Amino acid sequence: MSLYKEFSKGLVKDNPAFVQLLGMCPTLAVTTSVVNGIGMGLSSTAVLIGSNVVISLLRKLIPSKVRIPAFIVIIAGFVTLIDMALKAYFPDLSKALGIFIPLIVVNCIILARAEAFASKNSVAKSAADGLGMGLGFTLALIILASLREILGNGTFLGMSLFGEAFKPAIIMILPPGAFLGLGVILGTMNWFAQRKKRGEAK
Amino acid sequence: MINNRLIVSSSPHVRSEETVSSVMLDVVIALTPALIAAAYFFGFRALLVTAVTVLSCVVAEYAWQKVNHQPITINDWSAVVTGILLAFNLPATVPLWMPVVGGFFAIIVVKQFFGGLGQNFMNPALAARAFLLASWPVEMTKWVDPFSNLPLLKTPDVISSATPLAILKGTEAAGQTMPSITSLFLGNIGGTIGETSVLMLLIGGLWLIYRKVISWRIPVTFIATVGVLTFIFGKDGFFTGNAIYHVLSGGLMLGAFFMATDYASSPVTPKGQIIMGIGAGIITSVIRLYGGYPEGVSYSILLMNIAAPLIDRYTTPVKFGEVKVRA
Repeated sequence: MSLYKEFSKGLVKDNPAFVQLLGMCPTLAVTTSVVNGIGMGLSSTAVLIGSNVVISLLRKLIPSKVRIPAFIVIIAGFVTLIDMALKAYFPDLSKALGIFIPLIVVNCIILARAEAFASKNSVAKSAADGLGMGLGFTLALIILASLREILGNGTFLGMSLFGEAFKPAIIMILPPGAFLGLGVILGTMNWFAQRKKRGEAK
Repeated sequence: MINNRLIVSSSPHVRSEETVSSVMLDVVIALTPALIAAAYFFGFRALLVTAVTVLSCVVAEYAWQKVNHQPITINDWSAVVTGILLAFNLPATVPLWMPVVGGFFAIIVVKQFFGGLGQNFMNPALAARAFLLASWPVEMTKWVDPFSNLPLLKTPDVISSATPLAILKGTEAAGQTMPSITSLFLGNIGGTIGETSVLMLLIGGLWLIYRKVISWRIPVTFIATVGVLTFIFGKDGFFTGNAIYHVLSGGLMLGAFFMATDYASSPVTPKGQIIMGIGAGIITSVIRLYGGYPEGVSYSILLMNIAAPLIDRYTTPVKFGEVKVRA
């Protein structure tokens, strides 16, 4: 029961990208297409589960004074693994994501979960937390990337949606489109949250 | 009896007759001469594009306020002004769905998302223009020569001509000759719907200054800065620039009189307005002389819009008796 709770909180309620506003750099930069979003999200998820489990296992051994460097070393190890795996099996995706895969090392979602959760909780709980947060991050990236790819390129997962007559708004796959899209999504979420709150108050 | 004549109320006690709708109506009146010139030079298609833009702005404002159960304020003419200004920034050849997208972006994203009239942090019409230009660069830069008989409903498939600024820059249109200064002044040149006729825009701008809707500070400092800087940093060395051409061409007149003076997004203090004008002039000149685009008026105004709160903060006059507290 509580494992499921640790897993599910990352999906919507504490969504790392849309609610905690963590990991904004990859969120804004790689969401030009849905494929990139999924690739980035799943890579982060893998790193997150791995680092959460290892940090949770070692939580009693790591002295608290040097915990941040220790976390970073563990995270960097997993990132290197993922980076090499991507280069070997998905060279195109690896090329498209470029520097943002190595940059997962400094992604604040992963460090935040290590510091706030994995270093204080059991292995099973930490794994569930990592999986939930990672999938929540992936979900957020997919939502933003769909919005940008559909409006900015007229495609979804590379499939053309509207035919020749549709002239896509290129701005949506340019950097300003990321900010516009994220702003609109956050605004909509807050609007619903406020409405719900108001409904409960009545 | 005397009680009836003794009205107790809080200040302000003297109210002006000015209302939002009277100010906006003045702006519409001031824009009319340029609209007539546009219809004369670019034909009925210019009027059609303007009508579609205005209509979509008004519909967007109405729809947003209806959905959000806010008071409907389409009668205050502000959406109409945004619509006309946006249309003036489009070439007459745009496909008709583009003004619709632009109108909705201007009103809903730039204006209503930030709280509606008076709350927008940048000029809605210009922000929408920047959005359209980044999204559909080809359609947004298809200029035509005046009197080229554009088809009314079909998207015109024409050979684009160069704007004077592109010729000045010498990149896109090498070899074309500059139009005469008279043509520039009257508006007999390629360009967007409302920016070409300097004469008509000046008439409108002077009307606004006469009616005290805008002050002279931003337009005069803006235009003067562009003139001085483009003269000093000429192509063939210092003090050889073609300042007259730079001042008369592009969107400078439209931008200086009608866009940079937007109440919500420009500084309110006199000193701040002068800083705004000079700043916009510097950015415009830099973009025109050294930047990638031939024209920089819209970006310069947008950038100064963002700086406006900061300018206001530093130029607020000291209240009588106020002592500066060192933090």
